[in-house]
Amino acid sequence: MCSSNCNELRQKVGIQVEAAGVSKLDKKIIRALQGEFPLVTEPYKELAESIGISEELFLQRVRAMEEDKKIRKMGAVLRHREVGFKANVLAAWVVPQEKLDAIARQMAKHPAVTHCYDRNTAPGWPYNLYTMIHGHSREECEQIARELGEENGITERTMLYSKREWKKTSMKYFCE
Amino acid sequence: MELTAFDKELLNLLQGNLPVCSRPFEKLARELGTEESVVLQRVQELKQDGYLRRIGTFFDSNKLGYHGTLVALRVEPEHIPEVADAINGYPGATHNYEREGRYNLWFTLLTPSEQQEKRIIAEVSTLPGVEDVLNLKAHKKYKINVQFKLQ
Repeated sequence: MCSSNCNELRQKVGIQVEAAGVSKLDKKIIRALQGEFPLVTEPYKELAESIGISEELFLQRVRAMEEDKKIRKMGAVLRHREVGFKANVLAAWVVPQEKLDAIARQMAKHPAVTHCYDRNTAPGWPYNLYTMIHGHSREECEQIARELGEENGITERTMLYSKREWKKTSMKYFCE
Repeated sequence: MELTAFDKELLNLLQGNLPVCSRPFEKLARELGTEESVVLQRVQELKQDGYLRRIGTFFDSNKLGYHGTLVALRVEPEHIPEVADAINGYPGATHNYEREGRYNLWFTLLTPSEQQEKRIIAEVSTLPGVEDVLNLKAHKKYKINVQFKLQ
């Protein structure tokens, strides 16, 4: 009953939902949005026209994808080195399983932590929590990591400083 | 080029939210107390001068049905350039860094299926010079928020 209603609704608005829960229309919109964002007075109109739909429908779908969190952010990402954040480190921590969730939440609150994930371990690799720390210098990164460790009572960590960037791109979805 | 107080205010605002409306730069201009044309011109200049890595939309890969992981490799140092190049050839390998430590090459991988992820990791494991591979799947993402408050 519900599903047939949903299907009717989908047909009405011309949305065909695919396996991953992303409609053909939304895939087109995603492909348009992941390119260069036009720096013009009416950017969404330009993007909508590029895929042959109205600006109104385009904006409506962008808002819907924001709402269901498919879009995590609309905005800019800076080149951190150029704006003064010259050092970064991936700090990996060994956290007791029962404290993992609470400590991950606590570390995520720190403004210098841009990414915080828990990950599986491997034989000889006991680290289960990862924080990306950005600072103005290597010393500042060390200081922040020391603070995070002390605040949370975690002593075992490894500091994975980057030596060279071989690739940094943003993903192009639905291009396979 | 030095960033002015206006630039910093603009960049702080732009990092947080690009309005989803017909004239987003006009809305930003109003918040900054200036004209749409001023904002547009400055954003273009800041982009040209390399301050902006990207302006636009950032998606949640899992919500779009993609699988993601972080792969750590131990590679013989003299083989790093070829291994890095081979990894860069996969469109789903979005970040690839040489790092200090026992595992010296780290890349993030996004694929439409788990099978494809396994296949790519298996291919990478057989590259000359690759001694060990860790597939470090995330369980929960507590934070993804690359924002730098400029003062």
